[in-house]
Amino acid sequence: MAPRQRGATDPAGERELLSAGDVARTVARMAHQIIEKTSLGAPSAPEVVLMGIPTRGVPLAHRLGSRIAEFSGVEVGTGTLDITLYRDDLRRGPTRPLEATSLPDGGVDDKLVVLVDDVLFSGRTIRAALDALRDHGRPRAVQLAVLVDRGHRELPIRADYVGKNVPTARSEEVHVLLTEFDDRDGVVLR
Amino acid sequence: MRHLLSTEGIDPGLATAVLDTAARLKQALEGREVRKLPTLRGRTVITVFYENSTRTRVSFEIAGKWMSADVVNVSSSGSSVGKGESLRDTALTLAAAGADCVIVRHPASGAAHRLAGWLHEAGTSVVNAGDGTHEHPTQALLDAATLRERLGDLRDRRVAIVGDVLHSRVARSNVHLLTALGAEVTLIAPPTLLPAGVENWPVHVSHELDAELPSQDAVMLLRVQAERMHGGFFPSAREYSIAYGLNENRLRLLPDHAVVLHPGPMLRGMEIASSVADSPRAAITDQVRNGVHVRMAVLYHLLAHEEETS
Repeated sequence: MAPRQRGATDPAGERELLSAGDVARTVARMAHQIIEKTSLGAPSAPEVVLMGIPTRGVPLAHRLGSRIAEFSGVEVGTGTLDITLYRDDLRRGPTRPLEATSLPDGGVDDKLVVLVDDVLFSGRTIRAALDALRDHGRPRAVQLAVLVDRGHRELPIRADYVGKNVPTARSEEVHVLLTEFDDRDGVVLR
Repeated sequence: MRHLLSTEGIDPGLATAVLDTAARLKQALEGREVRKLPTLRGRTVITVFYENSTRTRVSFEIAGKWMSADVVNVSSSGSSVGKGESLRDTALTLAAAGADCVIVRHPASGAAHRLAGWLHEAGTSVVNAGDGTHEHPTQALLDAATLRERLGDLRDRRVAIVGDVLHSRVARSNVHLLTALGAEVTLIAPPTLLPAGVENWPVHVSHELDAELPSQDAVMLLRVQAERMHGGFFPSAREYSIAYGLNENRLRLLPDHAVVLHPGPMLRGMEIASSVADSPRAAITDQVRNGVHVRMAVLYHLLAHEEETS
């Protein structure tokens, strides 16, 4: 089978925005940006903690963490922050199952927490994440890293690290595919 | 899930989902400075207890409060119930006052079902917190949560329920739930304390505690309910204790991994020896702790989703 042409729409109505290789390069670039912006490893720099938001933010946080360790030699703590119980739209759908929450050793107090999610859309998930984080402790600062920013914000929230900005129509769906959950890495528009 | 009235015929998938939610909630709240979630903000939960209870009422109250619901307690003394108002009128009053969920304990079997019928139109959920000798579904769920914590998956696990099965809503709810989750249940009681028709239940029945203990993964002791003992169900407390009390010698008959449960309140020295109740094999305080998380999970499954339109 010929390799799929990036940007081309396949017969299933799926347009590839990022290939597997693009995802790997994007994660590597974001890791470099996090190292630079947080002065990771510098004597006076705050301790950095990556908190992945389920589902796909979690493996992304782990991938970022291992890249950061590779590039800077600093092992950053990685955790999982489930925000389901903090959503403001729980009554708008069927019962949502809860995911795990786990903080790295030492918690989040006085740390620089980088929230990691796959797609930034309305901003409501991130607001819920900020609320959830507040109940777990008091970080020194919170930043946001997303693989894709697709726009259509409903709240004044922006990301500190963006893998790719994708202008979308509201009716379109952006899917981040990761081998941990899907059969391949990539970002597609459906 | 609209109401939680019974574990009879409960969908194993739903039961597992509630237990998974409870485990997640426990993990999410562990070691946190703030044990309060905004999930049910603006929802009103009313507990109506026509029978005395400390642990169940407090457990529901804490569960509601930890999820930011407004929790109101009504007890039969000091309310219109004491003035002779009917259950139906009390229920309709609570629904009209804005209750999203009514948690009811009542001495009459079937009271929660009746209540659910009256409140269905109003869109109010009902949780059965014990109705007569019929059911106590959240107790069964917290027992299952405790067993899952200690034993893992309950499929093909063997659980003995010992004591006054006849009067026990805890036993009834547990039989339904544990068998739905794939466990094998053995009821162990004197013949006078087994209900009629028990042979049609999906359980083994035995009168010999010592013979059954070596093959069990868990033993659940039931309270001997003095308030329901109006006839000669057994000769004396001492005799009951000799035949069915869990003492240290009996504890040694159990496999090493086996867990001891008791729904409380315990009659130490009669149903269970003090040293057994305080041993690490007993999960009695775990049951109470899990009770809060299970009730939070139940409220979550009842209240934190789209309203059913039917």
